[in-house]
Amino acid sequence: MELNILTLCYIIGSVTFILGLKMLSHPLRARNGNLVAAAGMTIAIFGTIFLYKDDAGNKLHNYGWIFGGIAIGGIIGTLAAKKVKMTAMPEMVSMFNGMGGACAALISLIEFGHIPDISTAPTGMLIIIFAGLVIGSVSFAGSMIAWGKLNGSIKDFAFKGQHLLNILLLLVIVGLSVYLTGWRPETAKVLVFGILGLSLLYGVFFVFPIGGADMPVVISLLNSFTGVAAACGGFLYDNKVMLTGGILVGAAGTLLTILMCKAMNRSLTNVLIGSFGGSSNGAGAKKQQGSYKEITLSDAAVVMAYANKVMIVPGYGLAVAQAQHACHELEKILAEKGVEVKYAIHPVAGRMPGHMNVLLAEADVSYEKLLEMEHANEEFPSTDVVLVLGANDVVNPAAKTDPASPIYGMPILDVELAKLVIINKRSMKPGYAGIDNELFFKPKTSMLFGDAKKVLQDLIGEIKNL
Amino acid sequence: MDSILNWITGNQQIIYIVILMIFVGIEVIGHVPSVLHTPLMSGANAIHGVVIIGAIIVMGKAESDNYLALILGFMAVILGTLNVVGGFVVTDRMLEMFKKKKKK
Repeated sequence: MELNILTLCYIIGSVTFILGLKMLSHPLRARNGNLVAAAGMTIAIFGTIFLYKDDAGNKLHNYGWIFGGIAIGGIIGTLAAKKVKMTAMPEMVSMFNGMGGACAALISLIEFGHIPDISTAPTGMLIIIFAGLVIGSVSFAGSMIAWGKLNGSIKDFAFKGQHLLNILLLLVIVGLSVYLTGWRPETAKVLVFGILGLSLLYGVFFVFPIGGADMPVVISLLNSFTGVAAACGGFLYDNKVMLTGGILVGAAGTLLTILMCKAMNRSLTNVLIGSFGGSSNGAGAKKQQGSYKEITLSDAAVVMAYANKVMIVPGYGLAVAQAQHACHELEKILAEKGVEVKYAIHPVAGRMPGHMNVLLAEADVSYEKLLEMEHANEEFPSTDVVLVLGANDVVNPAAKTDPASPIYGMPILDVELAKLVIINKRSMKPGYAGIDNELFFKPKTSMLFGDAKKVLQDLIGEIKNL
Repeated sequence: MDSILNWITGNQQIIYIVILMIFVGIEVIGHVPSVLHTPLMSGANAIHGVVIIGAIIVMGKAESDNYLALILGFMAVILGTLNVVGGFVVTDRMLEMFKKKKKK
């Protein structure tokens, strides 16, 4: 009876996960979708705690430890999630993702320790344990590096032959797992820690050379890794809710990763061998074309206040400067002057796809003002002033004109079509793709240097004084 | 060859689940507007926290004198809970802002 109720709990859990993801795909139902999935998760967790029985019919014990762990994790998790700033969201997701990966790796490690005699253990079980261990550890180590990179505590780091080393590491990890599975040596209990160590190392080297702004792709990929690692646990315990949840996230995360790669014009294989970011350095040496001109704050304020239509292109710089509220202020004050203000959102603007929307939503920017790339491109010809806030590669015309450029083929926002382009950046330094942007040297373009937040506040002040 | 075929037959339920879930996962995500990509990633992140069930099972099975298993299992439960609770709360916070927007 109890086991049947547990089965029912797991079925409910699986259905809510699918339903939750489905509802997350609609802006109006997204929040409920998240709650539905959370409710299903709660049912599955408490069902497991109170109803689970192993093959011999024994119930779980150690309730003190279980509830203690849940209480500690729950309190820390809630506090961390409540306190985190909207701009630091990607780091947080990466951090939680790493926790899940570590959890999966620990489960594999403990289950391996439980094997009484490795020579008689079923092959399938060993494969699954190793898969969970390797994928979980890579996901954990990688997520921690991604977390460090996003909050700025870890710098990009690459050395010659790193990609070769990565491939070599992966081969050694797979080789060692095959050796332990196929030959079952006496030393397996020690060698398994070798697999753990090498997997952690691989996770570190896998993410190390990748530029900070490419982290979204990596986090999404690691997210799907953790899903697969969770599914390995499902195999291990023949637990259907872990299996469905894990595979669901694995598949969805992979698709999301591919979508992001497409938007950035990178191939997934390129991501998998850990070779982007560093490879595009070559073009960075290209000489600057001509000179750029600067615009003063007051001039910028005047052209914007007397324009009919202003399009704001927010980017990474806006997220870093946490300028979303100042941005909304500017929008309101311009609207009072009768200027039509809209936002052009590139799919990979900010630190994660959709990140800009979240940030601007936090600052109460209305939904209808956010234009997706295709619509924005249709509206640029009728736009008077485009204000680019800390975006670079997503407006680089080289993506269309220069086949030698690393970002060639990436869809961009055609800000050139507007009458005037004002670009706010902190300096003339190239964006994360490491390439110059010829847009900056176009006659239509004016540069407005400075931190996005400060510049916006100054602009608001100037416009008020007009 | 026989052993592989036997394995497939023996585990056909699981294999069916895996195949179907891959398609479901792709289908469900396919229609998501890019606006919701970050909350979606965060939501998916919370869902793979289902790995905590494995941690609970490991923890609940550990003998009370096997301290290594107890400590590692305890850590696994904490980490898994962080993943689940943190993931859902962060996602809810993100989506809360979308909701507020819609009312206006």
